[in-house]
Amino acid sequence: MTMSLPVLSGQLLVGLINGSFYAILSLGLSIIFGLLGIVNLTQGAFYMVGAFFAWMLLQWLGIGYWGALILAPLGVAAIGVILELVLIRRIYRLDHSYGLLLTFGLLLIIQGSFVYIFGTAGQPYPIPDELRGGYNLGFMFLPKYRVWVVVVALGLCFATWYSIERTWLGRTLRAATEKPALTRAFGINVPRLVTVGFGLGVGLSGLAGVLAAPIYAVSPLMGADIIIVVFAVVVIGGMGSILGSIVSGVSLGLLEGLTKVVYPQASSSVIFVMMILVLLVKPTGLFGWEK
Amino acid sequence: MGDGRTKLTLAILGIIVILIAPHLFYPLFLVKVICFALFACAFKLAMGTAGLLSFGHAAFFGGGAYVAAHVAKVWGFPFELAVLAGAASAALLGLAFGVISIRRHGIYFAMITLALAQLVYFVALQAPFTHSEDGIQGVPRGYLFGLVDLSGTYAMYYTSAGIFLIGFLIIVRIIHSPFGKILDAIREDPARALSLGYDIDRFRLLAFVLSAALSGLAGATKTIAFQFASLTDVHWATSGDVILMALLGGIGTTFGPVVGAIVIVSLDEFLADSGLPIQPIIGTIFVLCILLFRNGVVGTLERWLKHSAPKQAEGLTA
Repeated sequence: MTMSLPVLSGQLLVGLINGSFYAILSLGLSIIFGLLGIVNLTQGAFYMVGAFFAWMLLQWLGIGYWGALILAPLGVAAIGVILELVLIRRIYRLDHSYGLLLTFGLLLIIQGSFVYIFGTAGQPYPIPDELRGGYNLGFMFLPKYRVWVVVVALGLCFATWYSIERTWLGRTLRAATEKPALTRAFGINVPRLVTVGFGLGVGLSGLAGVLAAPIYAVSPLMGADIIIVVFAVVVIGGMGSILGSIVSGVSLGLLEGLTKVVYPQASSSVIFVMMILVLLVKPTGLFGWEK
Repeated sequence: MGDGRTKLTLAILGIIVILIAPHLFYPLFLVKVICFALFACAFKLAMGTAGLLSFGHAAFFGGGAYVAAHVAKVWGFPFELAVLAGAASAALLGLAFGVISIRRHGIYFAMITLALAQLVYFVALQAPFTHSEDGIQGVPRGYLFGLVDLSGTYAMYYTSAGIFLIGFLIIVRIIHSPFGKILDAIREDPARALSLGYDIDRFRLLAFVLSAALSGLAGATKTIAFQFASLTDVHWATSGDVILMALLGGIGTTFGPVVGAIVIVSLDEFLADSGLPIQPIIGTIFVLCILLFRNGVVGTLERWLKHSAPKQAEGLTA
C-alpha cells in the first residue's frame, strides 16, 4: 500500500496515545505487584470504571471533564481501597496465583455489572471546549485533545517514577516491598501503606480512563481488551521495573500504530507476536529479572 | 483397605448415572456438561497435577473446536477423524504455547498463556476459515465408525459419554503413573525435583501438551455435537470458566472438576433463561471460592470424610 506522510504520522499519534495508556496501566500493575505480590486483573476494569464515572458525572450531575479528571480517579481509588481492605487483604499469605484468580473474579463482577446495566454499546463523551480544534502542521492535522492526552500521560508517568524513586513516600513504599517486617520495625504502618499503594495504582487506571473517555467510546468492555495487551507489555518489559513499564508501553503503542499503516490485519496481534519473540530470546523480559 | 472397593463402587455408580441420565435430563444439555467436564479434567491435569496455572486453555478448547468443525464440514472427515484432528491440533498448539511460556513460572506463566490465547482469539476473528463473528455453522455430525448415525440425540449422547470416559481414564492413569508422581513432586518442590535430576521443564511441557490435547478433544466433541464452532469457544471468559469449574469442584481431586462442570454448566443454563446477570454471579462464586473454599466441593468433602473417619473408628473400638 502507499505510505503517505499524513497517514503514517496520524497512526503514529494514535500509537503514541495507546502507548501512553499502556504505560499508565502497566505502571499501576507494576506498583501493585511490587507491593502486594498480586497481578491485578481489575486494573483494566478500573480504567473502564474511571471512564464511566466521567460519563456518569456529566450525564447525571452535570459535572464536566475538568471536575471528572479529579473526582473520577478519587472515586476509583476509594473503591479500590475498600476492595483491598475487605477482600484482597485476606489472600496475601497465599500463593500469588490466588491473587490473580481473585482479581479475575472481581473483574467479572465489575465488568459484568456494567454490561448488565449499560449494555455493550459504547457511550460517547464529548471533548471539553478548551481542548477542541487542533493545529494544522501542513502535513497533518494535530487535534489539541490528543496532544493534551500525550502530555498529561507522559507527565503522569514521570511524576509516578519521580515519586517512587525520589520521595519519602516512594522510599517507604520500596522499603515495604523489599522488607516488610523490617520496615514495620521502624514504626511504619505497612498494611496502611499497602492500602495506599493499591489505591494509588488503581487510581492511576481511573485517571487513564477519564483521559480515554473522549477518544474511545465509553464501553464496559474497554477494560478487558486493554488489560490483556498490557499483560503482554508487562511480560515484554519485565515486571517490577517502573522505567521498563513506561518505555515498553510507549514504544509498543508506536509499533502498533506503525503496523496499522504497514499491515493493518496484524495490528491487533503485533504486540503478542512481539511478546513471543522476546520470550524466546530473553524469557525474563527486556528490563526484568527473575526473583 | 476398603479403598479399592470404594473406587469400584464409585465407578459402577458413575456408569449407571451416565446410562440413566439422558432419560431424566435433556440429552444435549448433558452433552454440554460432559464436554465441559472433560475440559475441566484436562485443565486439572495442567493446574492441579503439574501446577501450571494456565489462563489460556480456551485456545485449546476453541482451537480443537474450529479444526474439528472445519475438517468435518469442508474436508468431509468422518466423525472419529474430525475429533482426533481437533485433539491433535490442540496438542500442537499446546506445544507451541509450552515452548514459549514453560520457562516462566507461576503468575508469569498465567499472564503469558492469557496473552497467547488472545492472539489465537484474534486469529479466529480474522482468519478466513473461521468466518469471524458467524463461526463455522452447520457442521455435520456424520456416523461413528461409519455405522452409527449420530444425528440421533441419544447416539450423540452415548458417543460423547464414551469419549469422556476414555479421556477421564487417560487422565486418571496419567495422575497415578510414575510420570504423574514426578509431576506431583515438581509441583510441591521444584527445587528438590530439579536436584534429583529431573528435567522439570520437560515434564511440565509434556503435561501441558497432554492437557491441551484433551481440552481440544473436549472442544471438538462439543463442536460436532452442537454443530457449530464460535468465538465464545476461544474467548478468555471460557478460560476463566474452566478454571472456576476445576477450582469449585476441587483442583486437587479427581472427581472435583466433573462436579464443578456440572454446577457451572447447570447454573449457566438456568441463568441464561432467567435474565439475571451471568457474569457477576459467576464472578461472585469465583471470589467466594478463592476466599472461603479453596479445596472445592469434593476437596472439602474428602477432607471432612477423612477427619470424621478416625473418630468413627474410635467410637467403634471403645
